[in-house]
Amino acid sequence: MLVEIDNLRISFATPSGVEHAVRGVSLELGQEKLGIVGESGSGKSLTARAILRLLPSAAQVSADRLRFDGIDILAAPENVLRGIRGRRAGLILQDPKYSLNPVMTVGRQIAEAWRVHKGGSRRVAAQAAVDLLEQVRIRGPARVAGLYPHELSGGMGQRVMIAMMLAPDPELLIADEPTSALDATVQAEILRLIDDLVSRRGMGLILISHDLPLVSHFCDRVMVMYAGHVLERLAAGELSRAQHPYTRGLLECLPSLVHPRVRLATLARDPAWLVG
Amino acid sequence: MSETTLRAWLLTETPQSRRQAAWGRSYRGWLLFRRNKLAMVGLVTSIILVLASLVAPLITPYDPSAQNLADRLAPPTLAHWFGTDELGRDLYTRVIYGGRITLGMVVAVVVLVAPAGLLVGSMAGYLGGFVDRAMMRVTDVFLAFPRLILALAFVAALKPGITSAVFAIALTSWPAYARLARADTLTIRHTDYIAAMRLTGAWSGRIILRHVIPLCLSSVIVRVTLDMSGIILTAAGLGFLGMGAQPPTPEWGTMIAATRGYILQQWWVPTIPGVAILIASLAFNLLGDGMRDVLDPKQR
Amino acid sequence: MTLLPARLRRISGTIASVPITLFGLILVTFLIGRVMPIDPVIAIVGDHAPPDVIARVRTELGLDRPLIVQFGIYLVRLLHGNLGSSVMTTHPVTQDIATYFPATFELATAAIILSIVLGIPLGVIAAARQGSRFDHVVRVVSLAGQSIPVFVLGLIFLLIFYVKLGIAPGTGQIDVGYDGLVDRITGMLVIDSAIEGQWDVFWDALAHLAMPAIILAYFSLAYITRMTRAFMLDALSGEYIVTARAKGLSGARILWRHAFGNIAVPLVTVIALAYAGLLEGAVLTETVFSWPGLGLYLTVSLLNADMNAVLGATLVVGFVYVVLNLMADIAYRVLDPRVR
Repeated sequence: MLVEIDNLRISFATPSGVEHAVRGVSLELGQEKLGIVGESGSGKSLTARAILRLLPSAAQVSADRLRFDGIDILAAPENVLRGIRGRRAGLILQDPKYSLNPVMTVGRQIAEAWRVHKGGSRRVAAQAAVDLLEQVRIRGPARVAGLYPHELSGGMGQRVMIAMMLAPDPELLIADEPTSALDATVQAEILRLIDDLVSRRGMGLILISHDLPLVSHFCDRVMVMYAGHVLERLAAGELSRAQHPYTRGLLECLPSLVHPRVRLATLARDPAWLVG
Repeated sequence: MSETTLRAWLLTETPQSRRQAAWGRSYRGWLLFRRNKLAMVGLVTSIILVLASLVAPLITPYDPSAQNLADRLAPPTLAHWFGTDELGRDLYTRVIYGGRITLGMVVAVVVLVAPAGLLVGSMAGYLGGFVDRAMMRVTDVFLAFPRLILALAFVAALKPGITSAVFAIALTSWPAYARLARADTLTIRHTDYIAAMRLTGAWSGRIILRHVIPLCLSSVIVRVTLDMSGIILTAAGLGFLGMGAQPPTPEWGTMIAATRGYILQQWWVPTIPGVAILIASLAFNLLGDGMRDVLDPKQR
Repeated sequence: MTLLPARLRRISGTIASVPITLFGLILVTFLIGRVMPIDPVIAIVGDHAPPDVIARVRTELGLDRPLIVQFGIYLVRLLHGNLGSSVMTTHPVTQDIATYFPATFELATAAIILSIVLGIPLGVIAAARQGSRFDHVVRVVSLAGQSIPVFVLGLIFLLIFYVKLGIAPGTGQIDVGYDGLVDRITGMLVIDSAIEGQWDVFWDALAHLAMPAIILAYFSLAYITRMTRAFMLDALSGEYIVTARAKGLSGARILWRHAFGNIAVPLVTVIALAYAGLLEGAVLTETVFSWPGLGLYLTVSLLNADMNAVLGATLVVGFVYVVLNLMADIAYRVLDPRVR
């Protein structure tokens, strides 16, 4: 069991009171692919980042259980956490324009990820970086390694992110909206790449997105979140049999070329969903 | 209206009139400001300074130029709270009157500089083209000098004194405001609502005065408050170098220059005006910092 | 123009505006010189000279020509390096400036080195520990540094360290006993004495340099610390910091390699501007400590209404200021990879 979460609660103190971002979320993950779906503010990113304890310092976290491979994340000291981050679990963020260091070449950033966890000389790490760029299907990897993040397209930037996070050979990959900042044509490619690499390396994957059909296509299981709660859990193939009105609403408001409708459906929110 | 209903009126999410919305915004800004302890210290101190300057004759027992050579360089006593200076004049009185002069100079500079800078800057930013480029060159030239040095050169050319000092400081300060106003103007120059106003036939002057300038105001106000400490320091610097207020005028910098030789034995005589400068400058710095946090939070 | 590489094009634009600014500078200084109420002729020949002497001197000085012509003459003389003569020292102003400038350079450079060495780490650590007591102390001290007049601080320091504690040496660049022992190579006593191997002079010069440099440094220190802290806070809120943490990097590495690496370039601009600002502080510091630099020269000339000297010094300072600003601008464009 890679990840075990039981009753995770995350809240923030704001000038107008306490904001409960995550209210009692539980999940378990083995060597499989889990998709977390929800709209902005549903708490999905926070839940995933809590696994690596990468939350903003203002966040108040509590849980009955929050474990990575049996290690208690909430109680662990900083050096244990640093051993997990990168080496055993990686995190891919949404927009490589902001999530890559703008004044370091991408080659050096990947090499850094390699060297910090695997040691070795700078030259070995630099070569490893080029190899990784090749693995993420970038053409001319040696040349790209010398480029700066602003010189790359969105798709290439995400490939660099993936390469960087896979460099230490982790067991778990958390992808936080990895394709939301990309063009539609590139989205599928990046997801296929992630899917391929994760499967080949036998890793666990948590894929976070607001795009339900996309997630169900690439994942084994899907978890639907809303306002800090988990509303429904499904196997990816069973989406059509979703029970919860929110999930059904999400599915139904997608326009379809096969079954065109005169009026597009909208999602009416039920305040009852906020409880429980 | 009782206090709670007034508060509710100010903080309502749905103001009924422009005035109510404006008041509500100001009140919210005030609440935010109030939470910053250092800024409050600055505000209170500044208010005390201003009040003290205004009622100087009422709170000082002596005449600032009344000499008493028998009692010169006396240490602080009950009769003379800060002691006396090299001509036997009461130091406390002179410090308070010095505050009057300093604050007067600051106000004079601000009154000259802020409107002129605002007008020139917003015009340049709005009208663009040659006007803009010409104005930028002019401000470049003035910004090319360190403020004190240019002020010194000006004061040397004119007669050293308070008026020349005010004039010189104003001449070296206005470019910064023009630049600020221009930057703000540029950000809104191409917005849709300005375009809409042009379409309804409003002429440039009206647009600039009624719409562009109010938007530049907040950054100018912040800058003015922060600048006040700089002006105080420059004025004191000029006085110290003998180029500002001339003796026997009790300007703080001038007082320090005249008595710096006494630093060994009667150290309080030059030090107390120095502390006064520090307090005044610090107060406006804190106030300005606090205002910037409220009015322009991205700029911390 | 499009044939030049983009970077060169951008820089050339900045450089091109400098001559215009310099011209404006010269014009302003010239106008200031002509605004003065003191008749320069009277200043030379005295109140009681007969009218034909006055007329002759006036023609000699070219004061009877129209203002434009006078400006033209002034400009031409300037381009030949002629700033007129100082009434006070009777030397050419250019010679005086060459004599006194090195001391100011020595003082300002010592001050900026102190500021950088102390200010940057303080700013970085204050940002890393935002909200802590350390951060608050740094902020208050930095704020105080911008509020206290330099001459007051200088006087207080003299009082405490020279008078009461007797640690520091007195004012001036060197003790009277050592005066004239070292040949003038660069004009900077600390360096000259080191070059000549006169170590007792060296230590004395260094001791004399310490206090004015510390006082002067206090202001640029306040500014540099504040800007470093502000830049760091901005950098630390970036998404790439989250990435760096997710990579499992240590706190120190994230702070210095990643966050600080991002602000290094704007910080160079800040340092250049701080250095330029020191020119202003130098005027007052030199007056307090009787340091024989350009600032002291300027103030003494002012008190003597020596307009040639005043304007010449003002022009030189303005020129240095413009050059420093230009270098700051260029450095930013050259070093930042994003601008390439």
